[in-house]
Amino acid sequence: MNSMTIFGLVRLVIGRDVKLAMRRRADVLTILIFFVMIVSLFPLAVGSEVDLLRKMAPGVVWVAALLSSMLSLGRMFSADYLDGTLEQMLLVPQSFSMLVLSKIAAHWLMSGVPLVLIAPILGLQFDMPVESLLVLVVALLLGTPVLSMIGAVGAALTLGLRGGGVLVSLLVLPLCIPVLIFGTSAVSAITEGTNPLPNLALLGAILLGSVVFSPWVAAQALKISME
Amino acid sequence: MLEVVNLACSRGEHQLFSGLSFTVKPGELLRVEGANGRGKTTLLRALCGIMMPVSGSVKWQGKDISELAEAYCRDLLYLGHLNAIKDELNALENMQISCSLAGMPANDAELVAAIRRIGLKGRETFPVKSLSQGQRRRVALSRLLLSNARLWILDEPLAALDTGAVRLIQDIIHEHLVKGGMVIYTTHQSLNVEGVDARSLVLT
Repeated sequence: MNSMTIFGLVRLVIGRDVKLAMRRRADVLTILIFFVMIVSLFPLAVGSEVDLLRKMAPGVVWVAALLSSMLSLGRMFSADYLDGTLEQMLLVPQSFSMLVLSKIAAHWLMSGVPLVLIAPILGLQFDMPVESLLVLVVALLLGTPVLSMIGAVGAALTLGLRGGGVLVSLLVLPLCIPVLIFGTSAVSAITEGTNPLPNLALLGAILLGSVVFSPWVAAQALKISME
Repeated sequence: MLEVVNLACSRGEHQLFSGLSFTVKPGELLRVEGANGRGKTTLLRALCGIMMPVSGSVKWQGKDISELAEAYCRDLLYLGHLNAIKDELNALENMQISCSLAGMPANDAELVAAIRRIGLKGRETFPVKSLSQGQRRRVALSRLLLSNARLWILDEPLAALDTGAVRLIQDIIHEHLVKGGMVIYTTHQSLNVEGVDARSLVLT
């Protein structure tokens, strides 16, 4: 029987990409170490003034998350493109957009989730209070998938181009600014004693919008790049 | 039945071929010939729907393939220049994934049987990284054994294969044609399938 449900496809592709990432753990670790390094460099460079550090913390963590998520974008589709697997994926008898969404989800699991998990520990370096850490984690949970999704569109558009790595950052970074603004504002809000919910709600809205549009856009871009 | 009407394709600004029309009926074998750079791969990719032709249409069972989309993919097996196998995984894992993606999940016993028949006995769980080029091609070709797609489009299936493997591929293609399958392929080597006259399509 030639049949596969959409959930079967999602499970299969995520399982495959996670398995591949686990066989090349160095890639996952590089992103994580890069993130930890950037965030840790700030207290060293700026000095140990607690008030200043506490104020800077959300911004530093978010910028670091943004930069480290850029690192892995190049590999999102290019490995599959180079060995011909992506060509076969175009011929999968199921929705290609769903396949792309699954690949994005796998990318987030391997590059976004580790950042979310380690962020609270890094936040402690900046003497962030517990409630701020909590908001930071929630904001990152809502924001990092968006980075993966916008990144996927950029990676798909620059697939197979020379110097695509730099180009993808130039394309994607400006589009990530809203995530950065609402992400940092949510954490700043709780430190200043106001309600972080509006900012988190906006992040959530951006997330939902990206879930709907980005896989389709990335899928179309991939089809064009594959010709 | 695959029907190609007035197909024209180009690569960048360069027109590769135009006005190409042919049909492939069940049980038929079509060999696409032409010197390097004449557009063999482009033609095969256009037949798969990966590439958009400049003009003309490709019809499967009387309907345009762009309308059929996923239904056409279900009837199609495409083997490109590249093997589409992952170096990090072993032959068995590669096959599991590519068969499931193609919508024909097979159990381990079937997969192992296919990998053994293709001549990789004892290499089922070797990482593909450690296999030779010919062995990698064999891993990719073992998809043919598990496929129930009716139309096979094979781009240089014999690349890097030894004579034993070439005979095996001839047998596999023969079995497929007897079952009413269709095969379109390119090759620079000789591939003689018993009892079937391969039609040739020459791209100039």
